[in-house]
Amino acid sequence: MLKPAWDQFDESGAAVAIGQASFPSPFASGLEYGAPARGSWNIVHTGMLLPEAHQIFICASGCLRGVVLTAAEMNALDRFSTVAIRENNVLDGDMEELIIEGVTDVLHKLPKLPPAVLVYTSCIHHFMGCDLPRVYRVLRERFPQVAFTDCYMNPIMRKSGITPDELDRRQLYSLLEPRPIDPKSVNIIGGDLAIDSTSELCRLVKDAGFRLREITSCRSYAEYQEMAESFLNLYTIPAAKAAVVQLEHRLGQKYLYLPQCFGYDEIDQNQRRLAEALGTTAPDSAQARLAADAALARARDLIGNTPIAIDYTLTFRPLSLARLLAEHGFKVTQLFADSFIAEEKDDFDWLQQNLPNLKLGATTHVKRRMLPRQNGGVPCLALGQKAAYFTGTDYFVNVVEGGGMYGYDGIRRLAGLMAEAFLAPKDVKKLIQVKGLGCDCCL
Amino acid sequence: MKQTASIISTYAADVSGVCSALYELGGMTVIHDPSGCNSTYNTHDEPRWYDQDSMVFISGLSEMEAIMGDDEKLIGDMVTAAQQLHPRFIALTGSPVPMIIGTDFSAIASVVQHRTGIPCFGFFTNGMHSYLSGAGMAFEAVAKHLVEPAAPGAPKEGVNLLGVTPLDFTVNGSVQSMRRWLGENGFAVKSCWAMGSSLEELTQAGSAAVNLVVSQSGWKAAQALRETFGTPFVVGTPIGSHAAVLAGLLRKAAQTGECFTSVSREMTGPAAIAVIGEGVYSASLAGALQQRLGKPVRVLCPLEVQPEFLAPQDAVAPDEDDLTLALADAAVVVADPLYRPICPSDSTFVPLPHEAFSGRIYRSEIPDLTDKQFDRWASNWFKEEKK
Repeated sequence: MLKPAWDQFDESGAAVAIGQASFPSPFASGLEYGAPARGSWNIVHTGMLLPEAHQIFICASGCLRGVVLTAAEMNALDRFSTVAIRENNVLDGDMEELIIEGVTDVLHKLPKLPPAVLVYTSCIHHFMGCDLPRVYRVLRERFPQVAFTDCYMNPIMRKSGITPDELDRRQLYSLLEPRPIDPKSVNIIGGDLAIDSTSELCRLVKDAGFRLREITSCRSYAEYQEMAESFLNLYTIPAAKAAVVQLEHRLGQKYLYLPQCFGYDEIDQNQRRLAEALGTTAPDSAQARLAADAALARARDLIGNTPIAIDYTLTFRPLSLARLLAEHGFKVTQLFADSFIAEEKDDFDWLQQNLPNLKLGATTHVKRRMLPRQNGGVPCLALGQKAAYFTGTDYFVNVVEGGGMYGYDGIRRLAGLMAEAFLAPKDVKKLIQVKGLGCDCCL
Repeated sequence: MKQTASIISTYAADVSGVCSALYELGGMTVIHDPSGCNSTYNTHDEPRWYDQDSMVFISGLSEMEAIMGDDEKLIGDMVTAAQQLHPRFIALTGSPVPMIIGTDFSAIASVVQHRTGIPCFGFFTNGMHSYLSGAGMAFEAVAKHLVEPAAPGAPKEGVNLLGVTPLDFTVNGSVQSMRRWLGENGFAVKSCWAMGSSLEELTQAGSAAVNLVVSQSGWKAAQALRETFGTPFVVGTPIGSHAAVLAGLLRKAAQTGECFTSVSREMTGPAAIAVIGEGVYSASLAGALQQRLGKPVRVLCPLEVQPEFLAPQDAVAPDEDDLTLALADAAVVVADPLYRPICPSDSTFVPLPHEAFSGRIYRSEIPDLTDKQFDRWASNWFKEEKK
């Protein structure tokens, strides 16, 4: 039996001080390890946000396994079906017929036809040059009352062009049908988790008399279709850009990027840009800044010099968060991420200058499997599931994908969660293994 | 229609079978895959992932590497990782895209072995077969290439348990129960393929007196050990009264050198009770149930299985439609809970979760049916006993 042999491995290649790190990829690529922190959403979770829709995946059984059990763990197998690709389909070149007849068979077996079907094809179809336009043309002829959209589980594309994550978010909104535009209606596009209604973003939109729509709050397919009325799409995560660009092209909806960030000046800038787009004035942020400062100060007084580790699953701007915490007196010692997005460059540079010993840790490097999962024996507070796992602490903030926190309001809430996490240990093993944090889960 | 599943799950695939079989042996297993296989395996198919370190990685195959046939990237990454981690052996497995581009796993394995000096095996998996196929390949490779010849004149003693992975036996104590049962019947366990045994123990497997094949995944290894070392084997899982039959056959096999299967049954009349699952386990369970209830019990096997393990009324039913049809007359169905939606509405459903089908969802509810523990389970679900 293999026993942990932690002392045999040094960290070289899997960790580096930010002062010596390169941007945006501090680590060499190689074989990849997967840590058992599973809270981030996958394409099944995201697809389930479309109310009343049915998902049909067409892949090899090895690829189906992960998605069908995602649906099963969500208690959502009644909205999920599969068509297995076998070797004969690859050799016979009957892939189009397999999809058409497979989807037809599934739909005939459902108790009633769903209003929308998300059909997920895979890497195999991409490489075999499958005639997907024909497939969808035939399906639409056979089921004119069903809206089909082409979705993709093709991780082979994750390093080239539009990524599967971006594609998934784009296709989620591809079924919105043109409607007269309502100049007093605004959407938030692309997030898996609803932005907190207490955030400055939501309050500014609503206080200015606009209706704010988000797929996370849609309860029916008809309600989802109402999102086509909005004149403006806001998005807070970069992976949603392909979606808003396509919506502008198809529906004429303008878009505005308001990233979920932690720098006060950037937050203010976002507020001003939003206010301008809505034809209103951004509220003065002085009070919000003070409140965020006060919340951080309370958390810092409690947490003191306890080392803090952050990982990229908590927010797509982990460097921005690390900088905020460092600027407010927290002892940030480790940050786990394999690469960074371009908009993190300023924060990377600041940290290089001001916190050069901050240790960057790769999460997928093969050594990460064997390195000690403890913070050198020193108690630690982790922000994010992977940070908790890699540092071996029971004290962690269990949040993924920003958790709906945004702006000053988000910082206040995060500071509160940090204080809470510092005081009360959690069952890390149980919590971080749940897939799609925030979704229904039968585990 | 064949190949569609409107509502039921999918079994763990061949690639997971390889990883699961080799998990505890100190090797490094590389899945040549873009992404996804690793998280599927370590989330749904591998209950040991959180607590027990094992070197299972993906290659992160990209579109450009696939188009350009850039095997050198994979080879270089495997060599680098091997130099950093010093595995006992290296296993390379594949997924659908490598199959389409015709990746030569054996050739890549040879190159890696040459560059590292570490034994390396290439397994042609493609995610289109079940875990039994993958685990079977892996166990066969261990049997053929890593088991050492016994010392001349050394006595043949003990038994190897073949075909043991958490996908069929989970982590609920079943494996320990099988070991205990063997001990109570006078057999020392030489090695367990492959839970709770080291690679060193497996390399000594050639000196066992007999092999016990407890799942289909142990079949090829049993054949290889028979061929190389002449070791006889018995096929069956020690469940209920079936365990006593199995113990007798093990003794007989050890004495005579003959091979036996204990899973075939004789049935009189149509079976109203159906068991769905892995062939060896299900046939053994069906035998035990049949003995207890005095009624014929039928196996519906959705997976690869040797035909000789099944009785005439049993059936191989790999697809949802096949199973739905085969279950039409069933009064009682013993199966994983994720099969329930396709069972007749007026049938009695007896849940028997199977990690290879429902993953971790019902793990805590999977019973240990080894030997007499079957009786407690059976008495809970089958009130009626043989008159």
